[in-house]
Amino acid sequence: MNIFMLGWEFPPFISGGLGTACYGLTKAMSELGHHVIFVLPQPIAGTVSTHVTLKTPTAQQALAAYRSYTLREFQNVEFRAIPSTLQPYVSPDPRTEAVITGGSEIMVQPHGGGGGAGEAASVNVPMSILSGPRGGFSPGQYGGDMFGEAQRYAEIAVILARGESFDVVHAHDWMTYPAGIAVARALGKPLVVHIHSTEFDRSGEHVNQRIYDVEREGMHAADRVIAVSTLTKNIVTSRYGVPEHKVEVVYNAIDNNGNGYEALPPIGKEEKIVLFLGRITMQKGPEYFLAAAKKVLEFNKNVRFVMAGTGDMTKRMIELAAELGIGQKVVFTGFLRGNDVARIYKMADLYVMPSVSEPFGIAPLEALSHDVPVLISKQSGVSEVLTHVLKVDFWDINEMANKIVAVLRHPPLQATLREHGNFEIQKLTWKDSAQHCVDVYNQAIAARKGAA
Amino acid sequence: MASVCFYFQVHQPYRLRRYSIFDADHNYFDDYKNSEICRKVATKCYLPANQCILDMIRVHEGRFRCSYALTGVVLDQFESYCPEVLDSFRRLNETGCVEFLAETYYHSLAFLYSRREFEEQVALQQKKIHDLFGQKSTVFRNTELIYNNEVAAAAAHMGYRAIIAEGADHILGYRSPNYVYRPPTADIRVLLKNYRLSDDIAFRFGNRSWSEWPLTAEKFAQWVNHVNGNGYTVNLFMDYETFGEHQWTETGIFEFLYHMPGAVMGINHDNNFKKPSEVAAAYDPVGEFDCPHLISWADTERDLSAWLGNAMQSNALQEAYALEAAVKEKKDPELLHDWRRLLTSDHYYYMCTKYFADGDVHKYFNPYESPYDSYINFMNVLDNIASRAK
Repeated sequence: MNIFMLGWEFPPFISGGLGTACYGLTKAMSELGHHVIFVLPQPIAGTVSTHVTLKTPTAQQALAAYRSYTLREFQNVEFRAIPSTLQPYVSPDPRTEAVITGGSEIMVQPHGGGGGAGEAASVNVPMSILSGPRGGFSPGQYGGDMFGEAQRYAEIAVILARGESFDVVHAHDWMTYPAGIAVARALGKPLVVHIHSTEFDRSGEHVNQRIYDVEREGMHAADRVIAVSTLTKNIVTSRYGVPEHKVEVVYNAIDNNGNGYEALPPIGKEEKIVLFLGRITMQKGPEYFLAAAKKVLEFNKNVRFVMAGTGDMTKRMIELAAELGIGQKVVFTGFLRGNDVARIYKMADLYVMPSVSEPFGIAPLEALSHDVPVLISKQSGVSEVLTHVLKVDFWDINEMANKIVAVLRHPPLQATLREHGNFEIQKLTWKDSAQHCVDVYNQAIAARKGAA
Repeated sequence: MASVCFYFQVHQPYRLRRYSIFDADHNYFDDYKNSEICRKVATKCYLPANQCILDMIRVHEGRFRCSYALTGVVLDQFESYCPEVLDSFRRLNETGCVEFLAETYYHSLAFLYSRREFEEQVALQQKKIHDLFGQKSTVFRNTELIYNNEVAAAAAHMGYRAIIAEGADHILGYRSPNYVYRPPTADIRVLLKNYRLSDDIAFRFGNRSWSEWPLTAEKFAQWVNHVNGNGYTVNLFMDYETFGEHQWTETGIFEFLYHMPGAVMGINHDNNFKKPSEVAAAYDPVGEFDCPHLISWADTERDLSAWLGNAMQSNALQEAYALEAAVKEKKDPELLHDWRRLLTSDHYYYMCTKYFADGDVHKYFNPYESPYDSYINFMNVLDNIASRAK
């Protein structure tokens, strides 16, 4: 199977869970012997920090500058990076947003395309993995430019696609939908769109109508829709009016062998550590974490609550911790990278993901792979695939505290969760997810043939 | 001649209410849910099944007999929530065709942790049975047929003439469960469950993909009759909730039960039904049932892993029994009763992680969303009990 895949980000140009998923999926597809042309926007130097006044290259300029390259671990994947101002997630400083784990490196080799001028022949870049899908796109920062850029990007993608041979178009999340629709229409190929998050997850009920419209158009134009969980599938059918039979759930996974975590010596510590690791944004429920922390500390003073990551609610959370009178018990580490992430997992007694709305949530899988027991909100897609974890409603602070206290108090509970949890995630492989996607491609192709 | 020996386990635990670290009162049990379940099962199973058995005894003029193991905690709940079930057991008792077995009052694993507590609980259950029915049991069965040579010796020591155990293949080998056996070192008879024929009724009866479905009384009578020449007695041991609760009325389970004695005794007029004490009295042991390791009737493993399979279960059990001396020291009957209700094996069964992900029978009986939730809840309650025992 030949797949024309449209993503926003890919290691090393990664900032979100979407990149992790694209990495895992395409790697597994490559191993299954499928050929993937992975098209993604390549950040234009300088645009990230000066996003208010964006310079948009013309189609000709962009095409002349696109970079084609391959990665060592991806035998059957060709990358096409189109210079573009499209950025999946917006933040004042991308370095404070990215959470990098693991020590493995991949090789980027400029190859053909002639572009990427001035880059070294090969660069070693750390593989970046994000703690979860990040929302936070604020249209206010971009004005209408984002949508114009998505359209411009679509035009370039069509020109690019005419030179390629493929069976299906696979587009990840809304920004690539216009390009996906355009390519599928222009070349008469089936379209599969992949929903990693929706506007409702990112913005609650305050949805951006224009983003919603782009999402809706993509889902309706697609021959098949892939949702990362049943939770997301329900949103797709109820909020976007997509017929249920068109939507297939393909869960994310974790690459257990490829992480290459460095073996660290045990860390001696006096205190118990409860960890929040992810973007500090409304979607992730950081205030519920702090409210539960306050209650836990009434029962057990010997606990430290670590919030690793940043986001638009960081400052508010620092203030909240102070207001609750637990400031000295809550540590804000900011953005962690490399071995610091492995180290914090090594220290943690429990990982908590109190997300308000989490389409999937890869981070708990990473915590489990680091032998850390996990407490997740029931409002997460990942809770559909994990049984050996603790689950609470994100709003049920008392129950969250009850469970945190229990884990800290009873080592056998921690041990049982760890042992079974680590075993359970071994069943969640990217190979299975990739194969499931290929099944969906075949459905989409068959549906086209049936309709013709 | 082949005998059929029925024994039905009747038990309901006192389920705990949701009890978090923020709770400090002494109301640990979910009275509403316990009464609701008790009445529901009474309506679906206990009352119609008891009526069915009574009719069978009457129609066969005393030739149909059977036995029950009633736990103290289920009798307590009948008294509180549906006394009409007790009345129906009294009517069965009056026929003289029904025998009540001895066991631990709290359906506990006490034998494994405290011999003193074990003997006290058996004595309590025996007093209850005597008070209600005027019977003194001569046959003992341990919780969930947990058994080894030592359990047999303990039962013999307490004066019981027979004990019930699982006819586990790995102990029996080529031998048949349809004989009476004796343990290596104690003077007591061992009656073994014929798990194939028992499970045909208890687990497979309503299963339409089973090759023998539908199971009729006549077909079953033939299987029983095949025992002639290779054994004396077919011991059919099962949960009483098989009738109407695990196998719904619609499967025809009650019709099957009602017609089975007639079919068994009709196919061969020498065939009969016996109470466990009658089996023990009628037949001499043919050999030794040497069981040094603990077995049970649970799951395919027939071991203790349903209650003691993970670190949480073993921790919860150890912590619970560690309170024995302190609780008894207090001489507070309510505290003692509360603590003992926590010893009921079901609480530890809920913590089982063995098949949790597969959503099987363990999940069906589990009032908790997960084994972890059940452990957390249990430990919160135990913590409060511990504070009362200080």
